[in-house]
Amino acid sequence: MKNIQNIGLGIFLIGLTIFTSLIFLGKYEVSPELFESFISNKDIKSELFINDIKSNIVDKEYTNPFSFSSEIRSALDNANATHKQNSEWDKVIWDKPHSFSYEITKRAGTGLIKENKGLFWWLTFGLGILGALMYIIPNVITLGPAGIKNNGIWFNQATNRGWIGWFAFIFLVGFYLLLYFAPDYIVNWTYIVDPLSERISGNSASQWYLYGFMYCVVMTVMAVRMYIKYRHNKYQILRTTSVLFFQIVFAFLIPEILVRFEKPWYDFKNAFPLDYDFFYSWNLDQLIASGGLGLFILIWGIVLTLVIVPVMVYFFGKRWYCSWVCGCGGLAETLGDPYRQLSDKSLKSWKLERWLVHGVLVFALIMTGLTLYAYLSGAEGVLGIKTQSIQDIYGFLIGAIFAGVIGTGFYPIFGNRVWCRFGCPLAAYMGIVQRFKSRFRITTNGGQCISCGNCSTYCEQGIDVRAYAQKGENIVRASCVGCGICSAVCPRGVLKLENGPEYGRINPTQILLGNDVNLMDLVNQK
Amino acid sequence: MEHIVIIGNGISGVTAARHIRKLSNKKITIVSAETDYFFSRTALMYVYMGHMKFEHTQPYENWFWKKNRIDLKKGYVKTVETKSKTLHFANGDTLQFDKLIIATGSKPNKFGWPGQDLDGVTGMYHKQDLDNLEKYAPNNKVCKRAVIVGGGLIGIELAEMLHSRNIPVTFLVREDSFWNGVLPEGESAMVNREILDNGIDIRLGVNLKEIKADENGKVNSIVVTETDEEIPCDVVGLTAGVSPNIDFIKDSDIETSRGVKVNRFLETNIKDIYAIGDCAEQHEGINQRRPIEAVWYTGRMMGETVAQTICENRIAYKPGHWFNSAKFMDIEYQTYGWVWAQPKDNEARFYWEHESGKKCIHLNYDKNTREFIGINTFGVRMRHDFFDKVLRENRSVDYALEHLADANFDPEFYRLHEKEIVAKFNQENNTNIQLKKKSWKRIFQTS
Repeated sequence: MKNIQNIGLGIFLIGLTIFTSLIFLGKYEVSPELFESFISNKDIKSELFINDIKSNIVDKEYTNPFSFSSEIRSALDNANATHKQNSEWDKVIWDKPHSFSYEITKRAGTGLIKENKGLFWWLTFGLGILGALMYIIPNVITLGPAGIKNNGIWFNQATNRGWIGWFAFIFLVGFYLLLYFAPDYIVNWTYIVDPLSERISGNSASQWYLYGFMYCVVMTVMAVRMYIKYRHNKYQILRTTSVLFFQIVFAFLIPEILVRFEKPWYDFKNAFPLDYDFFYSWNLDQLIASGGLGLFILIWGIVLTLVIVPVMVYFFGKRWYCSWVCGCGGLAETLGDPYRQLSDKSLKSWKLERWLVHGVLVFALIMTGLTLYAYLSGAEGVLGIKTQSIQDIYGFLIGAIFAGVIGTGFYPIFGNRVWCRFGCPLAAYMGIVQRFKSRFRITTNGGQCISCGNCSTYCEQGIDVRAYAQKGENIVRASCVGCGICSAVCPRGVLKLENGPEYGRINPTQILLGNDVNLMDLVNQK
Repeated sequence: MEHIVIIGNGISGVTAARHIRKLSNKKITIVSAETDYFFSRTALMYVYMGHMKFEHTQPYENWFWKKNRIDLKKGYVKTVETKSKTLHFANGDTLQFDKLIIATGSKPNKFGWPGQDLDGVTGMYHKQDLDNLEKYAPNNKVCKRAVIVGGGLIGIELAEMLHSRNIPVTFLVREDSFWNGVLPEGESAMVNREILDNGIDIRLGVNLKEIKADENGKVNSIVVTETDEEIPCDVVGLTAGVSPNIDFIKDSDIETSRGVKVNRFLETNIKDIYAIGDCAEQHEGINQRRPIEAVWYTGRMMGETVAQTICENRIAYKPGHWFNSAKFMDIEYQTYGWVWAQPKDNEARFYWEHESGKKCIHLNYDKNTREFIGINTFGVRMRHDFFDKVLRENRSVDYALEHLADANFDPEFYRLHEKEIVAKFNQENNTNIQLKKKSWKRIFQTS
């Protein structure tokens, strides 16, 4: 069994190495025809840029995306600088340089990978999936009988912030930086998912399609791991199935199929303010222009945030979203599960968490308020602040850096819910409802707690669960996403997630059940 | 300002300190020779198994003590001078107290076995035992086999620990079935099976004769009394129970027997000196409890109680109904009320076991009055609140069964067995108990 696992690990690493090295392969060449069609497509009016490209890049072969992209971007920068100096505003190309370069690069690529998309899919995704499953599935036997088997987690370099963890951290952060800020470097990755993309939406794959597809693959493989690890725990099995379903169907398939029918890309479960650009003017315009479905999406999005989310949180706690539906939560609960013990449990980090997460919520609301004001009034901004620049700052700081680079990249260092805990504005909103108006709580079972600390250690949200359990107090915390692992790892059956009457839900105690009844009354009723 | 000194930074001493702080402004000092900060002893096993780091076993962050003005002193108390109210430390330090709480816990039993103090012989109680284990049994290359002597809760935990590092374990149990002085036959047999299922070589009904050393004074093998079999091993775990850790006061005026003798107010025979937790011995057991109770929560309850007494609200220690819990490998165990290993004359029993052989419940009730006396539950979690109320209100076994759905505390979506249990009871006892649907209203009346 150990051999199968080691071979699996080897195959996985080969797949990963091939995947990584694809960035450096392939050739890039812009033919005159390609460039002409690009110019007319993008409606480029800058003759400076056109001439620059024609004389320096067209018909020249590049062997890596970096030098190719760098030349395109410098041509763009030079042209724009001149146009701006001369106030030739209609000639300026406003696209973000890397996104602009991506569009050319995606078409300009040639060679091995573009010609063998299927083969390279198998060499990367195929080997990765196969290897990972060979590593994971023997756990049915190697972990021993079903039950909590966290043996050796703190001795393992991958899960105790050891060198493997740091390596994974660098890899993930690098991946997200490329994905968000330099998509033109990773066109080769997008080629290998082109065939699938074309089959679903009819379009070739963008970097976001690639990301969505990878997301589904990673979640599926790591869900298999969850099914094995928690095969004795039906709550975990159902929850894992649920997040997997919502990711694949709602976040991936439905939006792509909508695109196929020339409808706007929309993830029906992605609620504002997590879906922070829902009220951006381009989205509202697109929805309004898309007829009945667009209007339905517009109303659905508003009802989801204002009615469905709080009502569901009232009945079930925010877990209904965070650990049963949400895509970010879904990745955290599958790919992130091996890292849950790394979240910081100190009081300091709780304080930081409250400032940050509510800060992001306020930021999102102010930004949206300004956006809507601008949209309805037709103004460009308020009090001299351009809505566009606030949106850009939010998109960069929160949407890309916080949610992506830090949110997932930091899994191996700060645990798997960094974004959900410190950054997600939707989580902040639901947290307020959960804390003050909800039936959800984690019940503490009388006086059974032995303060062992498994619950706190494995809480991905960094809640010091034990601090409550050892006082016989129910856990009613805004940040709890109801993953149920504290209850699973408790060796004494102390914790149970439940939805019950609000009365008695918050029950601060000093003396626990089991002691003198009169003493309990005396102390607890003070 | 009155100075309260507490010897021992375990759950009893720390609970007492916390509650004294809540109730007063007295100066508080906690003395310990074991560790700088309070940690959960019951969690040491998870550190060895790699589930947690040692820091995770500490329930309070390190700033907690200063913030709450609880002074911590590391040192080993050698003698207690009661007349001058002075503690003398092994390093020559002294400490004056106005009131003293002895909360020094237990130490593993050693029954004078030859070789019991060799290198590689360890209990599983103190932080130092964990360090020892890390030294002598870091993996299955250094430790090719370990032998555990004594089949109680700590013994099976130690077996699970060593097993987690793939170290072969031989488990010598004096009784002819695991822990059958406490567990009835069905439950005990279930644990025997669980131990075997985990590949542990359990030997029932055998005793340790001696531990043999190699040339370096380290464990080399053990010999079994009954068969004279010699089992080579690198580590021997002594887990044949614990006894109060009170050697340092044997020569003082404080009355001791096995433990420090205390009255119902947890006061010793010397004014202003109290004893709580594992090291305290009641003159008579309370409500069929033992005079010495080495249980986590009783230590905590004594701490809660003695704090009141020290803060001018003198109250007796009155533990409520008995409960406890443990985990045997993968099988969780909870108990509420009394289910003795052998039924008493007035008692009737009902036993249900799930077809998997990994879950069971065992009910104990009065034959004549049908009053509920206790329940053992294996692999099924139950609500403490529920059974405490059943016991407080002297409810019948029929009531408990009718409301079994209220009692269940398993995670959501778990398969429930109440119907099956009630049907079996009805069939065996010719009764017609109807299971009621779970009711939040009733559940919340109980708390």
